Amino acid sequence: MTTTEHAIEALDPQHGVTTPVATPPRGRNETLYFALRNRKLLIGLTVVTAFLVLAIVGPWLTDAEPFEFGFPTGEPPSRAHWLGTTASGQDVFSQFVYGLRSSFIVGALGGCVAALIGMAVGFAAGYRGGVVDELLSMLTNVVLVIPTLAVLIIVAAYLTVRGLVAEALLIGLTSWPWAARAIRAQTFSLASRDFVSLARLSGSRGWQVIVREIAPNMSSYLFLTFILLFGGAILTAATLDFLGLGPSNTMSLGLMMNTAVISSALQLGMWWWFVPPGLGITAIVGGLYVMNVGLDEVFNPKLRRT
Amino acid sequence: MLTLDTVSKTYRVGTFGGKAIEAVSHVTFDVRPGEVVSLIGESGSGKTTVGRMILRLTPVTSGAITLDGKDVSGLGGGALRGYYTHVQGVFQDPFSSYNPVFKADRVFELVRRAYLSNLSKSEWDDKVRASLEAVGLEPGDCLGKYPHQLSGGQLQRILIARALMLELRYLVADEIISMLDASTRIDVLNLLGDLKERGVGILFITHDLSLGNYISDTTLILRRGRIVEMGATEEVYGKPAHQYTQMLLTSVPHLTERWAPGAHAPVMAGEGTEAEDGDAPLIRLTDDHFAAIRGET
Amino acid sequence: MSLVVDDLRVYYRTLRGDVKALDGVSFTVADGEIMGLAGESGCGKTTLGKSLIRLEGRMKHMGGTVSLEGELLPIEDDRAMAKYRFRQVSIVPQYAMSALSPTRRVGRLIADLLEARGARFETMRPELVRRLSVVGLSEDVLERYPIELSGGMKQRVVMVLSTLLDPALLIADELTSALDVSTQKAVAELLVEFRDRGFVKSTIVITHDLSILYQMADTILVMYAGKLVEKAPADAIVESPRHPYTQLLLASLPESGVRYEEERLTGIPGRPPSLLSPPTGCRFRDRCPLAFERCEEEPPFVELEPGRHVACWKAA
Repeated sequence: MTTTEHAIEALDPQHGVTTPVATPPRGRNETLYFALRNRKLLIGLTVVTAFLVLAIVGPWLTDAEPFEFGFPTGEPPSRAHWLGTTASGQDVFSQFVYGLRSSFIVGALGGCVAALIGMAVGFAAGYRGGVVDELLSMLTNVVLVIPTLAVLIIVAAYLTVRGLVAEALLIGLTSWPWAARAIRAQTFSLASRDFVSLARLSGSRGWQVIVREIAPNMSSYLFLTFILLFGGAILTAATLDFLGLGPSNTMSLGLMMNTAVISSALQLGMWWWFVPPGLGITAIVGGLYVMNVGLDEVFNPKLRRT
Repeated sequence: MLTLDTVSKTYRVGTFGGKAIEAVSHVTFDVRPGEVVSLIGESGSGKTTVGRMILRLTPVTSGAITLDGKDVSGLGGGALRGYYTHVQGVFQDPFSSYNPVFKADRVFELVRRAYLSNLSKSEWDDKVRASLEAVGLEPGDCLGKYPHQLSGGQLQRILIARALMLELRYLVADEIISMLDASTRIDVLNLLGDLKERGVGILFITHDLSLGNYISDTTLILRRGRIVEMGATEEVYGKPAHQYTQMLLTSVPHLTERWAPGAHAPVMAGEGTEAEDGDAPLIRLTDDHFAAIRGET
Repeated sequence: MSLVVDDLRVYYRTLRGDVKALDGVSFTVADGEIMGLAGESGCGKTTLGKSLIRLEGRMKHMGGTVSLEGELLPIEDDRAMAKYRFRQVSIVPQYAMSALSPTRRVGRLIADLLEARGARFETMRPELVRRLSVVGLSEDVLERYPIELSGGMKQRVVMVLSTLLDPALLIADELTSALDVSTQKAVAELLVEFRDRGFVKSTIVITHDLSILYQMADTILVMYAGKLVEKAPADAIVESPRHPYTQLLLASLPESGVRYEEERLTGIPGRPPSLLSPPTGCRFRDRCPLAFERCEEEPPFVELEPGRHVACWKAA
């Protein structure tokens, strides 16, 4: 950028927008200002937060346990059972809110594991380059190419005990490659910048340079990546659960759908059994992706429209 | 004394590193305390690579770089940090040298964390002020600001102040003023002259011959990674022996005279029919002047 | 008179107000004249160059007129200017290397550009080949891809292309800034040759480098903080500058050939004023060693002698 362009940028941090609105505050508050005005972000966030609140508070709203039998079978939604009952007499609402909990837990845990591995591999490969990069890229490509679902199915089939944490770990261990690739690419371009050279000249060690110089410049990108990993983990978990390969002792939305299909809920017209979990997954994952697009616009001034 | 002895840098490109590109080839010279050495070269000459090798930002492929006799080409860890107390660098783009997420003062913080963490807060503040004043800056104008709030000239001076915080003996200045405005360039250039008087040895990397003429004691002309002429600045500028140096000097736009008509037909970079005498060794013309020309003509 | 600019004002609209990048400039460029437009960053020279061909982004035409060959140029109307661009007014871009699309042969690129401007490639071809040979390129350059040409060759192709329709005004914006010194000289000499051969009528060369202007331009116009400061023949500006800014600027250039031990050059203390709310009166006032009370009133850009204009109370 020329000096004049820097000067104009300094005066007008969002030049590129065609319709000026009221004068925004400067600095960090600027991001918040735009965040609060971005429709996609607000809609996505609202949807996800609503389900999150339901997941946290829901179990207190019901006395029934998700696996508890004994209720009237196949009942449509009523005052006693807000989402009706299953074919074997379980409370659907209870199953739903506990299922939401598992989804969020798996999403967070699986997303975290994948994010940590992705960052470790991506940063190391992008910053060090050379042999380290070649080895890590090879590893990334191998894991990327492995048909994740097939591997998960096989592993899950062999495991005798299937818990929520194990499921989250498995998902985390197989969904990191695209994140590693993306982070590596960004790190490459940042590592050649002069301020990184200056940090090295100031005695900073490798990991310090990555954590203190490179990562802060990618913070919005890392955040977006985490959200995508979070959503992806929820979706993968739902798929596994639907196939019956999820944790057997914990209620999950996928398990609900699995049981519903096996019990021919569709043919019997028991919509209250399979529609909520399906809708729930779709809404949460869809909401996360919409949030992501909105956040991208907030972080990147060039994408902003009004 | 900072010495480069037959230093070369080769890059391997292509699948499995089949092809080799020699960016720097058998470069030998030294920088003495209080001496300004200009390394003059056009784009692609390898001058920035030489600077980066001295700063240990790029490894040397062959040859040795020594500081007071000790080989620094293979340093790592604590020894490398020790090297950096004596040898520092400033780069071309002032805005790129600062991490945009943080304030400009952070460049001092990095130094503090690694070297001066034992100083008390007031000792540290005094040191920062003293360093800024030493480069002609008002501490009140520069501290607590983001890089985009400062001018290019101020940013470069802050970087020099940072280098001075340690026991600076040699400074690699890579095109440090080419992105500054004409009226501030000379101030930063004079600052280098100041440093020279204080005994700091400076490697002044530039493509601009007028700047080299103004500030340097010794001049090296680098072409395609090889030194084709070197010597005292007056000798090299006054009696250029190598064809490339002569071509460069006639192309420089002066404010005192116009280009001689017809002297050296316009040559665009990458073309020309200069004989490939880059392999010729440097011949001693006088005690202070060497050129890579083939024998006497 | 080839180009007449009268009280031109172009501002950048930002959320914080208007940046008065070009604040009332008037000058003329004669037929066959190469005028250098010099100044430091933020002085408005790039804005002026862009205004003459295309207002982009946040630039807004706030007043004043531009006439070329007696005809008023509709610079505030992007669509209306389209028929003048490349024909009457043309620009040679900086970084010629990236101006040529890498996926098409040079000949096809030129053909596409000409057709888009309503000219026929086949009719222009003989002239195109003739001009390519003037700059030392053979006809088979048209069959090559840009990647096969060297940087210098691409620079020459772009220069021929920009002047192919014999524009009345050619704008060269920072053409030589990123080039090596030998290429710089070659490009400067080519611009002079194009003028000598009548490929272009008037040329405006925008740069911060006074020394290259001294080598190639007939006249030099110096700008500061959105205003014109001095205009004179190149020799006069360099040998006897009248405006304090020009004098101080020239005194800070190492191209004068002095050495640090003999004579220490000095810069100009301070920084240019903010263009969001520029000071009243002479904009150089704060940094000028000759400033006095009259400077609170803005000095007009007046012609002191034929061909010499200065905006300074002390010089007049």
